Amino acid sequence: MTKQEWPLYEVFIRSKSGLSHRHAGSVHAADDEMALTNARDTYTRRNEGVSIWVVRSDRIIASDPAEASAFFEPAEDKIYRHPTFYDIPDDVENL
Amino acid sequence: MTPDDALTRYATRLGDNALVLGQRMIELVAASPELEEELANANFSLDYFGQSRMFYTFAGEREGEGRDEDDFAFLRPEHEYRNLLLVEQPNGHFGDSTVRAVLFESFYVLLLDALTRCSDEGLAGIAARAIKEVRYHLKHSSQWLVRLGDGTEESHERVQESLDSLWSYTGEMFVADELDDIVRDAFEGPDLEAIARQWRHAVTAIVNASTLTLPDDGWMASGGKQGRHTEQFGYLLADLQNMQRAYPGVAW
Repeated sequence: MTKQEWPLYEVFIRSKSGLSHRHAGSVHAADDEMALTNARDTYTRRNEGVSIWVVRSDRIIASDPAEASAFFEPAEDKIYRHPTFYDIPDDVENL
Repeated sequence: MTPDDALTRYATRLGDNALVLGQRMIELVAASPELEEELANANFSLDYFGQSRMFYTFAGEREGEGRDEDDFAFLRPEHEYRNLLLVEQPNGHFGDSTVRAVLFESFYVLLLDALTRCSDEGLAGIAARAIKEVRYHLKHSSQWLVRLGDGTEESHERVQESLDSLWSYTGEMFVADELDDIVRDAFEGPDLEAIARQWRHAVTAIVNASTLTLPDDGWMASGGKQGRHTEQFGYLLADLQNMQRAYPGVAW
């Protein structure tokens, strides 16, 4: 008997209010509810999060590495699009 | 028995439930069907050990004879453990462990909820911490019961058998003894009759959602609350106490 693998889910965790969710890793789960509890039990054991998103890995639409040059390289030489010409006040955190 | 003595023994009993179920669950480490389930089970087991430490420390301080959590956990003979028979039942297969968890945890959340409103601040505080953990455990175990009951024909049949065989250990939870009565009357503690009704309601809902059949109330086993245990308990205790018995006073 071959063992059927459960689907893979990607896990995103918000570490505290005000910050955005960040990719933490992935879990296997038989259904959506289990994906959420597995993500909780695997990635927030040490108080890492206040919110979790999970999404089935095969539902993520990803860019094609072969197209990377067309996708990303045109932005490389346009430094004026980066907000690097401003002074950031010391009191502003998380920017 | 004075009310103060009763509360101390009552807390010890709560510690025993948590310790013994935690020990059963830790036996499953490295035997879970999936890595994620492995982590969850180990976490839950540690949650229960944490609760037993709080209950034992509370009891030891009230008792005032210098016993600490380790004395309660490792150095008592079998008949001094007053846990429910349900929590000492062997793990069996995954469905058995799941049913045991659902039946106990659906009772335990109600008991802890009532204890958060008891008049002893220390015990109410422990209950308030523990209930957050157990609410999550129950969510996890109930979801598994639904998956197994409403899963394949085989998983349905096997988990129905688990439910039928463990059902006879549920009656004991609601039979109030002297300790239950004193804690209820002197400390505004849990009313087991009310909890029995709420429990039945909650368990019926989970069992229905799992497409399983609630067993009839037949003969019910009892004795755990008086220190009379089932045969397997001795083996559990031997495993649990082995280090302290072989090397008295050993510490990490």
